[in-house]
Amino acid sequence: MKEYTVIGQRVPRIDGRQKVMGQAKYAADYSLPGMLFCKVARLPVAHAKILNVDTSKAERLPGVKAVVTAKDFNGWTWGFMANTRDEPPLAMDKVRYYMEAVAAVAAIDEDAAEEACDLIKVDYEELPSVFDPEDAIREGAPVVHDYRPNNVSVEYHWNFGDVEKSFAESYLVREDRFRTSRATKGYLEPPASLAWYDPAGYITVWAAKQSPYFHYRHLAACFGLPLSKIRVIQPFIGGGFGGTKNDSVAGDFCAVMLSKMTGKPVKFVYTQEEELTISKRRHSMIVYNKMGMSKDGLITAIQSRVIADGGGYTAVSPLTMYLTGCCTPLPYKLPNYKYDCYRAFTNNPICAAMRGHGVTHTRFACEIQMEMMAEELGIDPVEIRMQNAIDNPKPGEIYRTINDMTLKTCGIKEAIQTLVRDPLWAQKDKAPKQDGSVSYGVGMSATSYLGGARQLGHQSCAAIVRICEDGTVNLITGATDCGQGSDTVLAMIAAEELGVRYQDIDFKMVDSAYTPVDPGSYGSRVTVLAGQAVQTAAADAKKQLLDILGREWKVSPEEIEIRNAEVYHRSNPSRRIPFDKLAKIACYSGSGAVIIGKGYSGYGIEPLGFENGRGNAGTSFSFTAQTTRAGVDMETGHVTISDFVIAHDCGRPLNPIGAESQNEGGAVQGMGQAIYEDFIMDRGKTLNPTFLDYKMPRSTDVPDIKVIDIITDDPDGPFGAKEASEGSHVSAPPSVVAAIHDATGIWFKEQPVTAEKIVAALKEKGKWPGKQ
Amino acid sequence: MEQIKLTVNGKGYELQVRPWASLLEVIRDDLGLTGTKEGCGEGECGACTVIMDGKAVNSCIVLAVEADGRQITTIEGLAEGDKLHPVQEAFLEMGGMQCGFCTPGMILSTKVLLDGNKNPTDEDIRKGLEGNFCRCTGYTKIFESVKAAAQKIRR
Ligand code: FES
Ligand code: FES
Repeated sequence: MKEYTVIGQRVPRIDGRQKVMGQAKYAADYSLPGMLFCKVARLPVAHAKILNVDTSKAERLPGVKAVVTAKDFNGWTWGFMANTRDEPPLAMDKVRYYMEAVAAVAAIDEDAAEEACDLIKVDYEELPSVFDPEDAIREGAPVVHDYRPNNVSVEYHWNFGDVEKSFAESYLVREDRFRTSRATKGYLEPPASLAWYDPAGYITVWAAKQSPYFHYRHLAACFGLPLSKIRVIQPFIGGGFGGTKNDSVAGDFCAVMLSKMTGKPVKFVYTQEEELTISKRRHSMIVYNKMGMSKDGLITAIQSRVIADGGGYTAVSPLTMYLTGCCTPLPYKLPNYKYDCYRAFTNNPICAAMRGHGVTHTRFACEIQMEMMAEELGIDPVEIRMQNAIDNPKPGEIYRTINDMTLKTCGIKEAIQTLVRDPLWAQKDKAPKQDGSVSYGVGMSATSYLGGARQLGHQSCAAIVRICEDGTVNLITGATDCGQGSDTVLAMIAAEELGVRYQDIDFKMVDSAYTPVDPGSYGSRVTVLAGQAVQTAAADAKKQLLDILGREWKVSPEEIEIRNAEVYHRSNPSRRIPFDKLAKIACYSGSGAVIIGKGYSGYGIEPLGFENGRGNAGTSFSFTAQTTRAGVDMETGHVTISDFVIAHDCGRPLNPIGAESQNEGGAVQGMGQAIYEDFIMDRGKTLNPTFLDYKMPRSTDVPDIKVIDIITDDPDGPFGAKEASEGSHVSAPPSVVAAIHDATGIWFKEQPVTAEKIVAALKEKGKWPGKQ
Repeated sequence: MEQIKLTVNGKGYELQVRPWASLLEVIRDDLGLTGTKEGCGEGECGACTVIMDGKAVNSCIVLAVEADGRQITTIEGLAEGDKLHPVQEAFLEMGGMQCGFCTPGMILSTKVLLDGNKNPTDEDIRKGLEGNFCRCTGYTKIFESVKAAAQKIRR
């Protein structure tokens, strides 16, 4: 194998210096002279008909420059599919969830804007509401959207093989009800944007978007302007994790509209409480799972019936429900599979994408259920996994799942075996099982996640590699780094392919006026697809350079190599020049000799088969096995997670620091979801919309984490890479819950497994050591 | 409006502030030092951490008037010109950040921790950073950065 000079090195992040110096500017850090501040007025009712919105008092408040209401948007709505565009910037005829936006104000300062919001008077008629997804899809439930009178926002019914026959023939069949929590992305930077509507008909925004080109299209459609006049300038992004920052929010549209009305730049920044109250969160799903097994523990069939709480609007959920179903045949061989899902409209806040999108729900259910059945059959957690796990296809071969997903590489068996050898698992029976009131346990999981996801429509990534005459390079893509480290990885790919040093690459962040259109940062697609585009663009630039030098040197370009910014003749390596010299020769080689390499990714995969669930959900799939050690205080139910070992097959880690950090962060976020993250709801109202009350892992809560790379070199990834950002988010919850089981002897089927739930279960089983 | 005097990153300022303005607002809006971030505005995340008279404080819950006469260091005041502070260097080298939104606060809390304890144990590090929330990294690389910084400072 070729030895890489940049790929695989532990390089510092390309944006690291700006970040440690406090120079990295995020959306809220931008301002313009004469700028106004926007605040959004919201209605504290979960479901109501709007009779009248009176803004007159607000408009008269000193300092207020404009007020916008729904009518200013002329009935425009947006959404994921043509037939699900059900979300307006501001509520029109009714509000469908608590604190839905009804108006917005622009004022000379935030205080005035906020005060004005309080002066907006909304007359409304409260409507019967529905909050439980199973209630919502029952006959006679209050209707959230007239176009879906049964409240079923999305439903799929897929059938592969013959589950009924297979259950009838199975030695063991189990049915359980699982539930996942109402988790949130929890990014530290709340949504924000600075907007400027140029009266000449241009819109410029500095917006906190992890997928800026969604927003670009939304703004063009909402304001009736051509895309060529929409300029989304991407600042640094303070965390994404899906959902809100992929999409647009009320403040985005209102700030632009208010700028148009006032002729001034307008900025909005949501408060964190506002974000946690209304922003798009993870679906909470009820998974009725049925699994069949042979006597020796081979999985024969799975049937999943999923009911998801969707909240008030559709958002990206047709994809959510697709992903929730499609990946169940991974990472274990599955011959028969049936999936029925119903996403219910309710009067809860909108649910949408979040890291581990869809897959986390069903994988949790299947993983736990499989272990419960293995226990019944007396089969060890490792053995049950190893005998069902998919083998790594031989080079050139493909593994095809029952629903026609295809794998060229699969490191799950190697990952499991690696964990088995690791001391945390190997010595688990030697480690103390009990210390005072605390019981200890170790649990395992094995999971998979897709990379290179596809939504509808535009899919390809593009890149431009521009060679400067001093040998430095501008890398221009449409990709966005919301923290995951993709700018660094893309720069590494460009450097490796071109043969220059990492530090010679300058990365340009998205500015839709100049950078190529890109689908965005979701579905672990950036390294895989933007990476492919960058590699192709760098190869194109390199070819142009070598053609020119070949002419100069009178040799064929294939005989010249560039490595480490040194250019030399392969068979006569003493004939060499530094790269900057080559750049200069090439850039000066004739009039108009501008060296610009371009590249595109392939379209990746076919459009998703929403109706039948067949086909690939991603271009490749990562595999993760994880072990967790947990201590459970049997008196208080308090859980302490002390260790994670994560064996992750991301094909090849291009930047090991980044890949490790993604695994660590993903797993810790998954841990939060497994044991405490949950919105407490009361009739659609979020009761814990603060960092204090919505508990997320702190420095004192996190385990020691070891990440082990399983190298499989996927032939479709740039330099062998697959996804590395969502896998450990999926593997953490089942592995944590398995560890809690090992400690307590109890299987928990509902996330989060809180201290209260543990104590209640221990009491029920007569295992609680405290006084009843 | 109230009149206050502040020393920020070694520079003296005389400012007119609203009595209810937070130190964070003054730093960001009046002084234009946007390296200090607002994550929650309620004293729960540490993104707005600055050093006030040697202590790490959440500037969003310190009133500007309470900071009258104090010495403040923000993230912009840590490096000397182009030369990074050892804590900044360590975070850069060890990859102690992803999105970077918690990073200014994390670095300043680390500095205060190490100013008082050049040999922190793992436990000291975790406790010292408890007020600084990070959603991206899972903290592992941050702990490694703090250890590397301690080593640099000891040298
Ligand atoms: S912004 Fe000050 S603690 Fe969160
Ligand atoms: S790096 Fe994003 S919050 Fe810490």
